[in-house]
Amino acid sequence: MYKTWWKILAAALVVYTAIAGLLLEVPRLAILNETIRNLYFHVPMWFAMVVLFTISVWYSVKSLGTQKEEYDIKAVESANAGIIFGVLGIVTGAVWAKFTWGQFWSFDPKQNFAAISLLLYFAYFILRNAIDEEQKRAKIAAIYNIFAFPMMVVLLFVLPRLQDSLHPGNGGNPGFNSYDLDSRMRMVFYPACLGWIIIGYWIYTLRLRIKTIENSQL
Amino acid sequence: MQLAQQVKHLIKKEVVLEWRSKYALNGVLLYVVSTVFVCYMSFLSIEKLTWNALFWIIMLFASINAIAKSFLQESKGRQLYIYTLVSPTALILAKTIYNSLLMIILTVIALLFYTLVFDFPKDTDILMYFVAAILGSLSFSTIFTMVSAIASKTGNGGMLMAILSFPIIIPVLIVLIKFAKNAVDGLDRAVSLDEIGLLGVINVLVMTVALLLFPYLWRD
Repeated sequence: MYKTWWKILAAALVVYTAIAGLLLEVPRLAILNETIRNLYFHVPMWFAMVVLFTISVWYSVKSLGTQKEEYDIKAVESANAGIIFGVLGIVTGAVWAKFTWGQFWSFDPKQNFAAISLLLYFAYFILRNAIDEEQKRAKIAAIYNIFAFPMMVVLLFVLPRLQDSLHPGNGGNPGFNSYDLDSRMRMVFYPACLGWIIIGYWIYTLRLRIKTIENSQL
Repeated sequence: MQLAQQVKHLIKKEVVLEWRSKYALNGVLLYVVSTVFVCYMSFLSIEKLTWNALFWIIMLFASINAIAKSFLQESKGRQLYIYTLVSPTALILAKTIYNSLLMIILTVIALLFYTLVFDFPKDTDILMYFVAAILGSLSFSTIFTMVSAIASKTGNGGMLMAILSFPIIIPVLIVLIKFAKNAVDGLDRAVSLDEIGLLGVINVLVMTVALLLFPYLWRD
């Protein structure tokens, strides 16, 4: 039990946010209207992705320092789990954009930069597949991962602030801070972030265990 | 002190090698000239926005071609020889400095030829555009040198070079194009200070990460 409490917590939090996020009152804002509820489902994806990519970079650094295979597997599997959340973040954003902006993809800077930062990680997986020798692969992939991470941070957190975007929080559009006045949303948003981050970590540990078993059978 | 000596000798070696064959210089120049020519024949007259975008696209591919060879074309034997002589930090520093010099020369020549074929649009801040071009060539060389070092280790470097470097270069390219567009529009110079700062920060970031990581990368 003492090892599973956080999984139960994550499941409970996500179920709670799914119910409360759809049923509780939200502030009425022009344009956004009811789609403001997407905050509970779209934004936590990015938080989970960034946390998983940070774990991945952390293990890449360790893998470079120690040359141990287990760290390399941890780095790959957390990047894998992070990519899932990145794709989910883009999809939830695109569905939301269909109903507020009229199109799934309107080449908004935020959308473009998010897509490019995913390309960075797809390039990471292609790089891994291009090298056969395991130790060499671990080393070079770790180096690229560490090299790509600051670029991902620039892409997701610096560049969108410099360009005009229709995304909430940019260019005078109401952002998270202005909904924040309404503490009802906080009650759902923070648990949602925590819940999805833990779910992401759980997916990562599952993938890691599967991979470790596969490797031990070789 | 020893590091500076090593860097100096390595840069000298690169310059002498390049001067002997003049392969990169002539090859890339010919590439730029023929691309500009093809563009001229297909565009004839050109709008401001396209003018700027076209220049950066030409420079992007020219610099990938010029810099990809810095690690990819060194023979295994020569690499081993260099590795026994100098420190990895000196090697990556020398390569980056040499590539920056090469790219600055190439970019200035390319820009001169480009403006010979397509005139500068009206009210361009020409000095600012040159600053943008030089900052651009610096950023291209720092990023592509490190990526070329990574790609050279994989065996099939040519294609990986493009796959690995494009997602990294796109943010830089976006900032550069915006900066250069400010210059083309003849906006006040203070407007572009943000972009210059951001490019500087990205360059410093890339150089630090490259200096930290290259010692792990170079030994097989």
